[in-house]
Amino acid sequence: MEKQRVVFNNKVLPYMLLAPQVAITLVFFIWPASQSLFLSVLQQDPFGLSSTFVWFDNFSTIFTDEIYRKSLGTTAIFSLLVTLASMSVALLLAVLANRVLFTGRVYKTLIIWPYAVATMVAGVLWYFLFNPTAGIISHLLKSMNYDWNHGLYEGQAFFLVVFASVWRQVSYNFIFFLAGLQSIPPSLIEASAIDGASPFRRFWTIVFPLLSPTSFFLIVVNVVYAFFDTFGVVDAITGGGPNHATDIMVFKVYHDGFKGLDYGGSAAQSVILMGVVILLTIIQFRYIERKVHY
Amino acid sequence: MVRNQPWLTFITHLIILLGILVLIFPIYVTFVASTHTLETILSVPMPMLPGNELINNYLTVLTAGSNSVGVSVGRMMINSLIMALGIAFGKIVISLIAAYALVYFRFRFRLFFFWLIFITLMLPVEVRILPTYEVVAKMGLLNSYTGLILPLIASATATFLFRQFFMSIPNELCEAARVDGAGPIRFFIDIVLPMSRTSIAALFVILFIYGWNQYLWPLLITTDEQFYTMLIGIKRMLDVGEGQVEWQLVMASTMLAIIPPVIVVVQMQKQFIQGLTETEK
Repeated sequence: MEKQRVVFNNKVLPYMLLAPQVAITLVFFIWPASQSLFLSVLQQDPFGLSSTFVWFDNFSTIFTDEIYRKSLGTTAIFSLLVTLASMSVALLLAVLANRVLFTGRVYKTLIIWPYAVATMVAGVLWYFLFNPTAGIISHLLKSMNYDWNHGLYEGQAFFLVVFASVWRQVSYNFIFFLAGLQSIPPSLIEASAIDGASPFRRFWTIVFPLLSPTSFFLIVVNVVYAFFDTFGVVDAITGGGPNHATDIMVFKVYHDGFKGLDYGGSAAQSVILMGVVILLTIIQFRYIERKVHY
Repeated sequence: MVRNQPWLTFITHLIILLGILVLIFPIYVTFVASTHTLETILSVPMPMLPGNELINNYLTVLTAGSNSVGVSVGRMMINSLIMALGIAFGKIVISLIAAYALVYFRFRFRLFFFWLIFITLMLPVEVRILPTYEVVAKMGLLNSYTGLILPLIASATATFLFRQFFMSIPNELCEAARVDGAGPIRFFIDIVLPMSRTSIAALFVILFIYGWNQYLWPLLITTDEQFYTMLIGIKRMLDVGEGQVEWQLVMASTMLAIIPPVIVVVQMQKQFIQGLTETEK
């Protein structure tokens, strides 16, 4: 419960203080979001002159669309892989860095900086290394008789997008895992060491369970990252191709709306994405509430 | 006692160094490429040591730009800087005063406003791009700094962070200020603001990086090259269709896009980590 606060008595001032934030929220958040909802049940004619109310036609159109269904599957596998891979790598690095405390500080600086790199730039970096004409990794692969061309092969394009997204996200997860590890009392670890538990056993029976609140929080954040922030990676590396292999939902909303000019369809996709965010936010807050009760 | 196991320590260092190598490798190659001529880069495989075109390439992008984009990277850096600082300062100011109103006043519809701000957590740019674009277009804000900054400036997370912090300020301070005859504005400036310094610094680091690295929004609303940010400029340099990408210039620009936020993170590591762990919880 919020305790009774000492407050000021002023009739006008609080509204004036809130005005900027409320104005921006209404104009750039609430109004556009309601427009998305509204547009998603309308069908515009090709010239944008008139629109008719079509109930849920836009939704049934996109859900029967082969490409959109593929995009749903791609997004699901993509976010699963990105979340799993970036969290596992980060956990491994955090556990190791926590073992070697002194040099750990230097390591920490060397591991956290990629968080400052934009996802789009991460895309450009790996695109350069793998591009079929000048890339050195693709060259290396070719010299081993492996034909690399992510502009042609769906699997390779998908791998590259996942890899670049993971590369950028490891540092973020690392920071939280390291903070989580450092808050575990050393006496717990020592007690189990006295009982003769090996380092691996100590990790699985003590450290890992104690990290579960951190892990749970990170799962939500990483799914959000994979769903939305990876737009830059996809746009820089593949542009959704080849054959829609990397056409994740957020990229498709942008592409259909701005390149395809399909406003109704794009709005319907936005509404579905909105549903995803709302669901994730609710999960996150459920979790925070639970944590408070501990 | 936790026993020291030398072989385990050795493997520990080995794996961490391997991880760091994977993190640094693409930046190293990018740097090397930015110091060579295009011909050298295209002669597969490109050299793994820096060449002597460093000054030439960086001067070219900073002052002239590439063939496909008619604006210099120097200009783009200024645009990115304006956008990042505008978003960081704007968000902090707006959230500070909004949180102050929510904590230190009781007024009608207080809860309503609280939820109105709260709900924006669920509406990232990506889910409302088309209508937001239309609003900004109707306001005549395409290709303007206001258009780049304003729609990204409201933030529920910053408001909640400050609200949380204000609620931890002891009541006695406010009482004392009132006894001394200080009004709400005086109390805010003399007491609350100085106390919030560390929170503001931590938030600033996070928001600067957030603003500098914005991509989708500037991609939509900047068609005039004069308003390109770093990332948009790089994207346009890559979009040459059938032509040859000027890799040496793209790579130099990429380095310039990476350096400012990385410096901020490394230099202000403490504030950065504090900001990250506080805003996300």
